[in-house]
Amino acid sequence: MNISGGEALIRSLELEGVEVIFGLPGGAILPVYDPIIDSPIRHVLVRHEQGAGHMAEGFAHATGRPGVAMVTSGPGATNIVTPLADAYMDSVPMVCITGQVPTPSIGTDAFQECDTVGITRGVTKHNELVTRAEDIPLAIRQAFHIATTGRPGPVLVDIPKDIVDPMNPNSDMSWYWPSDADVSSSLPGYKPTMKGHPRKIKDAAELIARAERPVLYAGGGILKARAAEALLELAEMTGIPVVTTLMARGAFPDDHELCLGMPGMHGNYTAVTAMQRSDLLIALGSRFDDRVTGKLDGFAPEAKIIHVDIDPAELGKVRRPDVPIVGDCRLVIEELTRAVAALDPERRVDLTPWRQTLSGWQERYPLVYEQSDDGNLLKPQYVLEQLRDRSPSDTIVASGVGQHQMWTSQYWRFNHPYTWVNSGGLGTMGFSVPAAIGAKVGCPDRTVWAIDGDGCFQMTAQELVTAATERIPVKIAILNNAYLGMVRQWQEMFYEERYSEVYLSPDLPDYVKWSEAMGCIALRVESPDEVGPAIDKANEIDDRPVVLEFRTDSGEKVFPMVPSGKTNDEIVVDPVQGEGGR
Amino acid sequence: MSPQSAAGRDVPAPRHHVLSVLVENRSGVLARVASLFARRGYNIYSLAVAPTDDERFSRITVVVDVESAPLEQVVKQLNKLVNVIKISELDPRDSVERELMLVTVKAPVHVRSELIELVGVFRGRILDVGHDELAVSLDEHPARLDDLEELLRPYGIIDLQRTGRVALPKLERTPSTGLRAAG
Ligand SMILES: Cc1ncc(C[n+]2csc(CCOP(=O)(O)OP(=O)(O)O)c2C)c(N)n1
Ligand SMILES: [Mg+2]
Repeated sequence: MNISGGEALIRSLELEGVEVIFGLPGGAILPVYDPIIDSPIRHVLVRHEQGAGHMAEGFAHATGRPGVAMVTSGPGATNIVTPLADAYMDSVPMVCITGQVPTPSIGTDAFQECDTVGITRGVTKHNELVTRAEDIPLAIRQAFHIATTGRPGPVLVDIPKDIVDPMNPNSDMSWYWPSDADVSSSLPGYKPTMKGHPRKIKDAAELIARAERPVLYAGGGILKARAAEALLELAEMTGIPVVTTLMARGAFPDDHELCLGMPGMHGNYTAVTAMQRSDLLIALGSRFDDRVTGKLDGFAPEAKIIHVDIDPAELGKVRRPDVPIVGDCRLVIEELTRAVAALDPERRVDLTPWRQTLSGWQERYPLVYEQSDDGNLLKPQYVLEQLRDRSPSDTIVASGVGQHQMWTSQYWRFNHPYTWVNSGGLGTMGFSVPAAIGAKVGCPDRTVWAIDGDGCFQMTAQELVTAATERIPVKIAILNNAYLGMVRQWQEMFYEERYSEVYLSPDLPDYVKWSEAMGCIALRVESPDEVGPAIDKANEIDDRPVVLEFRTDSGEKVFPMVPSGKTNDEIVVDPVQGEGGR
Repeated sequence: MSPQSAAGRDVPAPRHHVLSVLVENRSGVLARVASLFARRGYNIYSLAVAPTDDERFSRITVVVDVESAPLEQVVKQLNKLVNVIKISELDPRDSVERELMLVTVKAPVHVRSELIELVGVFRGRILDVGHDELAVSLDEHPARLDDLEELLRPYGIIDLQRTGRVALPKLERTPSTGLRAAG
């Protein structure tokens, strides 16, 4: 049967199981927007293409299914570069369709032409310019296959207008749907390794049995591999404590007695120091990011390393592992659990002393802040505690980038996987509002909060118009400290309080009026006793977006902190806790 | 003696590494490979690309100027490219290497026969003869190309073009397969 490339594209997306496309049309992609009218796929019309990209990411973070964004050529494509880079850094499965000028015009500086595959080459797992209508179904199948298998990531498919425009003979094609075998034979260089090497798994089990101060160092790969249950089983079977990186919050329940929480630059004292003193780090889908290791040559000096990752390029990239295991985290962890269980229990080291040391640190160095007096600005930590305690435990939380992000990660209790939606690797301000919208579209029955900074909010707030129009009832908490707070903190601590270009004003814009103008219900919260009731009210609203603006204390800094360029031994705890151990 | 000098002139400068990259023969693949080096600021010293006996694939032979440790990371990143099938680093001691050079050299009558003799010693070929010039070709080990280039320089090189090296692993020569190796 002959159909147009545009119809083939939409039909391919339907067959891939796509439920929703986040996008915004324009000249080059117009012919694809026509068949959308007749498709069961929902389209969410964004107000800026960056929003479409982050929504697709938020959808993927919360559901584990690939997010789909569709934009036009030229400025549409360049506007989505940031989300692609964000998804690439955080291994988020996403398929992005871009319109392109007609094939005969490519390379002629045609209206709204840009070299999309060239521009996005370095920020996608793969990209492809499709030049013939009959190649569209295979290109789409490959895109979804590559985005969702191995180490997930964004894939971009660039589609010239002539091959999708029914008015153009170039778009004429006979419909077919490639089989799985067609897809794999069309990708001869792409075969992710899933199963870990049995000998390495045995070696790893031996190291685990002998370690006195082991730590399970869980990264975002746990969530990508759907390995949270496997991790829980391994931890409980071995009694080894777990740290969850910024990308892995929720991969292991915060309320579990073996959970040490977040390590890294703003990690808690115990998580940071446990890694530092460890004699065996079992890295599972984590990548020794510089924000976790601090100054590398002082990182975990006594630790042997077992490193499990599906991406062979991660093994030895930063720290050379003693036992490298390439494979899918879930499969390898299951094998590891079996291998350790098979060892003679007599040979396994008793970890009680290690866990006692850890709980000693936990008691001595909890997260702390001082509640503000009435009439003073709110403490951001207090706001977060209230948000956490007054929202359902399976609430999905998205955040922007800055102090508010670190406080959210520190103070929220993540007890379920896929409840934390965050920009870790790229650290993209403006992520949270659109990402929360995408998450809510994917999980309409769940409460979704975006915890945002005043700086971040101003970057992508217009997507609340999208949320209001499309009736996507997300909730936004702006921690308005009138500053680019994280930058202010660095200037205070490392630039002798010389504040350069970080002041934003608490009143401009007027966040309440602005949010109301975008179709949201909005409240300003200024004193501690208003915090709880405002949150309760917001949690009751379920027919439109809500924005709560909290006036917070700009003097508050995120602690603990490992200053940039210092080793994790030089962790700075809150001044009320003294020097921090040594 | 250092291993370099033991192996003699066959070993290129120590930071040079030869990679043989088997890729899908399609548009954009070379750009993907090249940009992994460019992104890290590594210079590609030479590059040769052509389809293999199977038209669906091409082999890229690339000589890069990198220390070994970062090279390992680049190789792993290259392996991640969807269109890359296989990569091997070729140790010059375990591979056969060839490169083609075309040179136009000044050849007034009084040195012409001398030049022809020199090219003959290298088993090069005279491709063209002009009034005062000779066009010469040599396909040989890259080090031999260097040698001829150096010997021709005093005569006056007008134009010189090298293709960049291509390489394949040396065949195994164990006693049991001695017959094959002898052939
Ligand atoms: C797009 C982008 N630009 C700049 C930065 C650098 N940066 C990191 S945090 C931050 C301040 C964020 O301010 P705000 O949203 O108010 O959050 P706060 O730190 O005050 O909680 C900046 C400018 C960034 N991460 N992303
Ligand atoms: Mg701020």
